[in-house]
Amino acid sequence: MCENCGCGEGGGYTIINPADQSHQHGGSHSHDPDHNHEHSNGQSHVHEHDHEHKRISIETDVLQQNNLLAQRNRGYFEAKNITCLNLVSSPGSGKTTLLERTIRQYSSKKIYVIEGDQQTSLDAARIQATGIPVLQVNTGTGCHLDAGMINHAVKTLNPANDSLLLIENVGNLVCPALFDLGEKQRVVIISVTEGDDKPLKYPNMFGSSQLCVINKTDLLPYVDFSVDDFKLNALKVNRNLRFIELSAKSGEGFESWLSWINEC
Amino acid sequence: MHEFSIVQNIIDIVTATAEANGVSKVQAVEVEVGKASGVIREAMEFAWEAAVKGTLLNRSELRIKEKPLVVQCSICGNQYEPCDLYESCPGCGEINPVIISGNELKVLAIET
Repeated sequence: MCENCGCGEGGGYTIINPADQSHQHGGSHSHDPDHNHEHSNGQSHVHEHDHEHKRISIETDVLQQNNLLAQRNRGYFEAKNITCLNLVSSPGSGKTTLLERTIRQYSSKKIYVIEGDQQTSLDAARIQATGIPVLQVNTGTGCHLDAGMINHAVKTLNPANDSLLLIENVGNLVCPALFDLGEKQRVVIISVTEGDDKPLKYPNMFGSSQLCVINKTDLLPYVDFSVDDFKLNALKVNRNLRFIELSAKSGEGFESWLSWINEC
Repeated sequence: MHEFSIVQNIIDIVTATAEANGVSKVQAVEVEVGKASGVIREAMEFAWEAAVKGTLLNRSELRIKEKPLVVQCSICGNQYEPCDLYESCPGCGEINPVIISGNELKVLAIET
């Protein structure tokens, strides 16, 4: 919600450090002083028009600003040899549990986490409990993280050289697909409690990811999810997609995930 | 609904161009939206009306030019316009498309 006008769509976000609850705001939009200046019929006043319409060509990619910032982030990560992964999925696929186990079991590099959610610091508090540096980005009404938020958060987090930066995006299989954050690899996580036709329903997300983690495999005996059908569907929208099957809860299959991170 | 952020980006791009050209009121904005861009026309139009209030684009018209999805089969080289990315090639029956166009998301021009 935009605090200036209450319009509900400011695009402003908040970065929260769960260690001391300090926070910073960013990304709010500007306001024209004539914001609420509207006329209903009968109250109109005379406007001057020169009636000379002019066409100005622009030819600019709508996501240009995000893509430029993403490339700046990417350059920063490369220079500091930071491996940055963008984890995307629907809500409830087990991203935070996957992160918690990764933090416990992965010892090759120092880990940093950026948590994205519309509201609350609940996920950051879970990561904070593991003892590693974490920042929470609350996107407010926004449904995804963007490169600007990551640029801002990374300056605060200041990750060390040769580290691993894990970004948990907002739980949403649609919007985050369009926004490059500057990550090295995008990882889409699906749990077996979801439908095996998800890749066909959300082709942009599966199409833009390099790895697909199939989570909660410990529940396979109890659900109708077919791993083979799922993979066939995912390969239809992205023939280069790789798969790792695991259970972040039981730890089954986790070694493959840890080795994949090491190869990144 | 990421269309709101998309519209916000369009407003930023248009405002910068308008200011650079000394334009104080924008009448219309032409946008190119590819079928596989991940953006829904109706959601964009819905967001437009609310987002342009209080800007140089207030009450401006959003003109969306849709671009079809055109792919080339990487097995047989056939070019076709599928409904979905996972539609098999009408030439050889395989699913191995490379997108030729349909990913576009561009501000083409403004009318003042």
